[in-house]
Amino acid sequence: MTLSAMISGIGVFSELSYWQVTSIRVAAGLVAVLLVAGTLVYVHLFKIVSFMQSRLGPMEAGPYGSLQLLAEIGKFLQKEDIVPRRADRFVFKAAPFVVLASTFLLLVVLPGGPDAWFISNDLGIYLAMAVGSVSVIGILMAGWGSASKYSLLGGLRATGQLIAYELPLLLAVVGVVIQAESMNLQQIVLVQANGEIFGWGAIGNPFIITQFVGFLIFMVAMQAELTQTPFDMPVAESELVTGYMTEYSGLRFLLFFIGEFATAGVFSAIAAVLFLGGWYVPGLEPTDNLFNVIGPLVLIGKVVLLSFLIFWIRFTFPRFREDQLQRLAWKFLVPLALANIVVTAVLKVVI
Amino acid sequence: MTVTERQQLNYIAAQAADARVNLEIETEGMTLNIGPQHPATHGTLRIVAKLDGEQVVSAEPVMGYMHRGYEKLAEVRTYPQVTTLINRIDWLGSFANEVPFILAAEQLMEVEAPPRAQWIRTILFELSRIANVTLFLGDMAVQVGAITPVFFAFRDREHVLNQIEAATGGRFHPNFDRIGGLKDDLPAGWIDETRQAMRKIRSFCDQIEELVEGNEIFQARTRGIGVIPAEVGLSYGLTGANIRASGVDWDLRRDNPCGLVYDQVDWRVWTHPDGDSFARFWVRLQETREAIKIVEQLLDGIPAGPVMAKVPVIIKVPPGEAHVETENPLGVMGYYIVSKGDLFPFRVKIRSASFSNVSITPWLLKGVYVPDIITILGSLYFILGDIDR
Repeated sequence: MTLSAMISGIGVFSELSYWQVTSIRVAAGLVAVLLVAGTLVYVHLFKIVSFMQSRLGPMEAGPYGSLQLLAEIGKFLQKEDIVPRRADRFVFKAAPFVVLASTFLLLVVLPGGPDAWFISNDLGIYLAMAVGSVSVIGILMAGWGSASKYSLLGGLRATGQLIAYELPLLLAVVGVVIQAESMNLQQIVLVQANGEIFGWGAIGNPFIITQFVGFLIFMVAMQAELTQTPFDMPVAESELVTGYMTEYSGLRFLLFFIGEFATAGVFSAIAAVLFLGGWYVPGLEPTDNLFNVIGPLVLIGKVVLLSFLIFWIRFTFPRFREDQLQRLAWKFLVPLALANIVVTAVLKVVI
Repeated sequence: MTVTERQQLNYIAAQAADARVNLEIETEGMTLNIGPQHPATHGTLRIVAKLDGEQVVSAEPVMGYMHRGYEKLAEVRTYPQVTTLINRIDWLGSFANEVPFILAAEQLMEVEAPPRAQWIRTILFELSRIANVTLFLGDMAVQVGAITPVFFAFRDREHVLNQIEAATGGRFHPNFDRIGGLKDDLPAGWIDETRQAMRKIRSFCDQIEELVEGNEIFQARTRGIGVIPAEVGLSYGLTGANIRASGVDWDLRRDNPCGLVYDQVDWRVWTHPDGDSFARFWVRLQETREAIKIVEQLLDGIPAGPVMAKVPVIIKVPPGEAHVETENPLGVMGYYIVSKGDLFPFRVKIRSASFSNVSITPWLLKGVYVPDIITILGSLYFILGDIDR
């Protein structure tokens, strides 16, 4: 019995219209995936980083500090929600929600198993990229609305950077789309699961092998999209305090703060789906019903792997200057991504 | 005032581009207050920067937020009490602050510390240099955005601080130097432990070299940024590693050791021809290595004997004037003492390195980008207590 059959077996779903089912799926996705993934990524990050920096990291909240995220939430909820006097109140207050909404909406296209998905859209990755770029607006709102010079500088830097790196991110995805002949993320996973490398199909064909240039570009651009070091000029804490987040406190700061980790997790998930085969692991048939149960876990495992990569880089490198990172995007990553598309397209036709 | 050619060209190009834009829309500069509370100034330095976009038109350091009036306070304290105050000038390498003052007082009293005291003094002087510069090596990475190295710096500085604490009883404020010698002899086993600590610091230097110095992004962020030509640096009174990074071969430890035993060991002064932020980092990294070498050599040959010369219990310094400068971790530090034969110094003038080092910032920051302000300030390496005294 598949997951959707189980759900429809409850008898409620069959009577609902499409949009109602979709909204229930989306809501379930937000609760089920985001909390688990956020906590995992966060705890994982804190412990890994602490060991890198010869510290123990959180130890007090829960066993080995595993409930640290809840403690942080509790701390921030108690703090006063300060709005600067000269701030544009509405814009200032709305900004974190715009950023968070963009992160949350990215989730809905992610497949977790053959039948465990929220929405199966033929424009899946296109939707994800479009929704993902909404966060720029939120960041610009925060930078402008705070009425602080540091925030303004941070917001403007962030806007320039996110727009610059949106392009390589998209172009890196195009290579995958050409190879999979689909923009549906579920389909992309299935193509990878059923694919074969020169007639050898034991591990499928994860696109990291054929699209490794695309994977590298995607990871670099993703690092920049997440404003993580070495691309964290917008929040450069040693010069701009925390950039566009400077004036925020309490709950709204928490939203930005969680948004940072959640976005890292969600973008890793998209990268895992595009390049690492998503919920698929070799050894089972992709249609196997077991994947509806272990698929999400496999995906989370891959997310943890990729987010480790992100934070490993983040805590090792210094940051680029604004002009240096723009140069990297426009003069190196965009041409490389275009070349990757050309090569992929030619090989697709030839082979 | 002249700026370097690169800065000038950048600035002219930016001005021309702005002039074209300004024909259509009206723009105005922005005044950005960096500090007094700001993560990058590690203390309370305030920099008023007039910005044109992200480019600095003019920058003015404002200091005095931490002025504690040590020169005046010293006039109502006996000579041994003054060391308590001046410990807190450069708080990262505080033993080094005491040495020039004590040397000046000894000069007036015509006392000389016994050889053992001189050796231990030199060792502690170099240990405080290591403790100070270790933190810089980590902190510089933070200024350009890498968070991890500073944790290594704090971790490994601890080994040195433990040794300073074991010898003097104080981690940050030893207050150990006395006129005519030292307060105490070294504890048993200290020499071997210090050797181990030096090994740890040496591996820390290797780590920093791989993690920070060799990093391409770090080099891209620091090379060619904040170039100080030698003659400009000299005219602003820059000292220490800042001027050695501009190619000026001048180190008081070698040129005028006055009372410290640097002539007994084999070491060299490092200079760098470039004068940019990277050069300042590089010179300090090499100097840490040299300091380790100096300490290890000195540990081998500490002479036996007392650590205190014969001085009266109540110290009255005969009338006269003395000026002693030493090569402190941050640069040249000097004390000018005027005595009227009293229990207290009549007047103490403190020449601290950071005050002069920071004075170059208005010249240096002209035409750079905002991120480079932080790089340059970080590479100049000042301690706020050393600026404001």
